[in-house]
Amino acid sequence: MSAAHIEVKGVSKVFGTSVVALQDINLEIPRGQFVCLLGPSGCGKSTLLNAIAGFAPPSSGSIIADGKPVAEPGPERGMVFQEYALFPWMTVADNVAFGLEIKGMPKAQIDATVERLLKTLSLQDFRNRFPKDLSGGMRQRVAIARVLALDSPIMLMDEPFGALDALTRRNLQDELLRIWSELKKTIIFVTHSIEEAIYLADRIVVMTYRPGTVKRDILVDMPRLRDPSAPEFNALKRELGQLVMEEQQRHHNDELRAAAVD
Amino acid sequence: MKLAWRDIGVGLLAPATLVLVWHFVTYHGWVNPQALPSPEAVARKWVEYLLPLQPYDGNGHWLSWAFSGELIQDAMGSMFRVLVGFALGAGLALPLGLAMGASAHAYRLFNVLVQIIRPVPPIAYIPLSMLWFGLGNPPAIFLISLGAFFPVLINTIAGVRQVDGIYLRAARNLGASGPTMFLRVILPAAVPSILAGVRIGIGTAFIVVIVAEMVAVNNGLGFRISEAREYFWSDKIIAGMITIGLLGLAIDVAMDRLNNYLLRWHRGLES
Repeated sequence: MSAAHIEVKGVSKVFGTSVVALQDINLEIPRGQFVCLLGPSGCGKSTLLNAIAGFAPPSSGSIIADGKPVAEPGPERGMVFQEYALFPWMTVADNVAFGLEIKGMPKAQIDATVERLLKTLSLQDFRNRFPKDLSGGMRQRVAIARVLALDSPIMLMDEPFGALDALTRRNLQDELLRIWSELKKTIIFVTHSIEEAIYLADRIVVMTYRPGTVKRDILVDMPRLRDPSAPEFNALKRELGQLVMEEQQRHHNDELRAAAVD
Repeated sequence: MKLAWRDIGVGLLAPATLVLVWHFVTYHGWVNPQALPSPEAVARKWVEYLLPLQPYDGNGHWLSWAFSGELIQDAMGSMFRVLVGFALGAGLALPLGLAMGASAHAYRLFNVLVQIIRPVPPIAYIPLSMLWFGLGNPPAIFLISLGAFFPVLINTIAGVRQVDGIYLRAARNLGASGPTMFLRVILPAAVPSILAGVRIGIGTAFIVVIVAEMVAVNNGLGFRISEAREYFWSDKIIAGMITIGLLGLAIDVAMDRLNNYLLRWHRGLES
């Protein structure tokens, strides 16, 4: 067994007959690493995350998480979705408890765990609310609590803060970093925000637009909490911006070509 | 609460205007009172129809005396048929709808049959229902359950089939499968659509009960207004029709309350 917590080996994904979303992706992610998958829309970063989650198996190649090949979605790889995906008919507390009930945890233990997590994410006062009564930021806190309840060593996040305003976003980023440093989870975090990637990640994997490949794999060696106005932050931002823009341009050209064909 | 009373007041404006016009037209003798009696005559008839025939004589419980009026007996008869028929129809439609919504196999198996039977209005079953069940409650309840069956069925199927994929993904991610997935995720997600079907189903049951009573039963509001026609009692016909309308309103208000309670989690119901 290798030391990697998550191993992506020769993964390709083809949609239909011609759209190559992923092509021969190889990644070794050590335990406890915070990895951001960065790239423009259509670069296959969400496709890769979904494959790791087990929602959409790759066309070829294999994914090994925690020593086991990924075959289907499961609570050992908890996912936070951009659309929150809370169950609107359950209260905040019920949403957080649901995964534990499925596990068959005793009621008293569930209550204690839920209480602890609500506290961790400052949700105590919203225990009996329904998701419709919460702001986007609060909903995403619930979604994070729901995944933390699973106590899985791996956390997958698909542009979780993409729909939030800048302040709420920074707030949740800090909270996520605090939780991550406490719980030492391996996190794969998809984003198209360069700044978010630099602010959060140990390692940034920049992906190319179709076919989706790894364009650059960078370790971010800056102490946290990082200062977005620091010179080294900006230097990295400039470098990554260059890389992402190249792919964005290819995406744009592709769209123009498709429009011309119509 | 203050606002609620104001809403009710505003809501009563249009019916009051209608009654006023009605009064005006009959007061001036512009129509034959046999065809359209005055609202006052209808109101008198309605009270007479509502109250017991004899004064209380001390025999039996006073409550059973108070409810012995023809109108109350008729209304209870009609409501009984609606409730039993609806429970039967919806009770059969719900499990079938859940099965057809959740399983592509069950859907393929039953869909053609459902689509062929569904367009036949329940009224068209009247001759057959009387051949099969004779007269009285059985054919009426059969027709009502038929009327309630399809709206509940179709909406349940649609509700289950249209569950947002994101909930299924999230639930699978949390480890849900089988009965848990169905009972805790798919079913609640389908409830808004199912309730819409229930509402239409109750409405249909209410229409069908009146028709069924006109042909197959010798009590109930439907029977009473068709009986009144034979004696040219137009005031009683209208009194019966108003009662049907009021009962329908009461059912709708009750359904609305139920909806608001069951869907208190639903977006768009914040108000």
